[in-house]
Amino acid sequence: MSTPGRPKGEYRNALNEGSPACGAVHISGLHKAYGRFEALRGIDLDVAGGEVVAVVGPSGSGKSTLIRCINLLERYQRGEIRVDGELVERGQALARVRAEVGMVFQSFNLFPHLSALHNVALGPLRVRGMSRADADARAQALLAKVGLAEHAHKLPGQLSGGQQQRVAIARALAMEPKVLLFDEPTSALDPEMVGEVLAVMQALAHTGVTMVIVTHEMGFARRVADRVVFMEAGLVVEQAAPDAFFDTPQEPRTKAFLQAILQH
Amino acid sequence: MDLVATFFNWPVLRGALPLLLEGLGITVLLGAVSIIAGSVSGLLVALLRLYGWAPLRALARVYIDVFRSIPLLVLLVLVYYALPFVGVRLSSFAAAATALSMVSCAYTAEIFRAGIEALPKGQFEAAAAIGLNFIDTMRDVVLPQALRIVTPPFTSNCINVLKDTALASVVAMPDLLKQATQAQALAANPTPLIGAALLYLALLLPLVRLVGYFEARHRAATQ
Repeated sequence: MSTPGRPKGEYRNALNEGSPACGAVHISGLHKAYGRFEALRGIDLDVAGGEVVAVVGPSGSGKSTLIRCINLLERYQRGEIRVDGELVERGQALARVRAEVGMVFQSFNLFPHLSALHNVALGPLRVRGMSRADADARAQALLAKVGLAEHAHKLPGQLSGGQQQRVAIARALAMEPKVLLFDEPTSALDPEMVGEVLAVMQALAHTGVTMVIVTHEMGFARRVADRVVFMEAGLVVEQAAPDAFFDTPQEPRTKAFLQAILQH
Repeated sequence: MDLVATFFNWPVLRGALPLLLEGLGITVLLGAVSIIAGSVSGLLVALLRLYGWAPLRALARVYIDVFRSIPLLVLLVLVYYALPFVGVRLSSFAAAATALSMVSCAYTAEIFRAGIEALPKGQFEAAAAIGLNFIDTMRDVVLPQALRIVTPPFTSNCINVLKDTALASVVAMPDLLKQATQAQALAANPTPLIGAALLYLALLLPLVRLVGYFEARHRAATQ
């Protein structure tokens, strides 16, 4: 994709409503095991409000597990996660936290029996208590924003993969989340559809919403992220600003990973 | 000629017809009541079985297993003839509706459970990720999809309930079969039984065809 990178921070002040702590994610001492397999072995990670963090690493390194812990789609054994200071835990408060943390899945997970419009409107309607008309209007505006105004009435099955993922992004945005989690959002897409989804994500970056993106798209990570986090075997091995990360990696394992990626 | 006069005796049939139609009405009413009660309670039991507090989950499982195992006729006789000994005296309609609903509830619960479990995990995760609560998740996301999946077995179960209403004749319910046997005794001619059989077919054949249609549509949708 050849879209020029938008200057970072352009919208940060305009849309952040003067609250720099809004959407901060704090992760400390996070351990998660599936039976005897330790997926996460003590993760400490702080993401500032409005920051865009790309999480990269080989498959099985625990990066998807990590972001699925942030909204507690995965339970973990030890450690804690806070979103804007609020502990993410089972109970009454969980739905409230989840409403503030949007997620985009690798396999889209759109509701197949609902039109694109109703997929997007469902959260505002049920969770935010908006009227049907207001929720639909918000959904229509968001679909227009991701370039799908014409497809609002279609069922997910009638849309291409790239279009479905853009609907899924609109669905997450409809809740006006402070944090957006992307779990390999382009990995299930045909190559020609990757660009349209990345373009939508790039337009969101630095608009005030915190973004944590698990991705294999290194070019995108370098162009859009404020920081790149490299994970391997359930640990954060290295993190740095994109240029430093890709040009002068410090850890041998990072170097090996980047070399393997860049060779093909 | 003799055969026609015995089994297809028009004057006998015409004489018995009001009785048969009355019986058909009761059969349909009993079936409808049992199907509705069994479906609503079956959905509740399925949700308890899947998401209830652990002891309730176990209880739901026991209920489902017991009522799928017990023969309907045995249950019906128990409800109608045994319960009066503990002071519970149900009318024949209430007894038949109770027994049919309890068994249908168990089958329906299993059907709904299978339908809910057939949904991809991602549907539940997507609902959770936008902050939907349990009731909204079920109402807006899970049940509409699960109901579509289970339409063929669910309709099939409804047919079974309608057919099983015929067992109610043993507890003196004036349903279609009971009326037919009475008319047969009265006229000393089996034509009313033939008439009843034809009425059952007229009621159920379209439903059976409907199941076939649903199955075909489901196959087409999943391919």
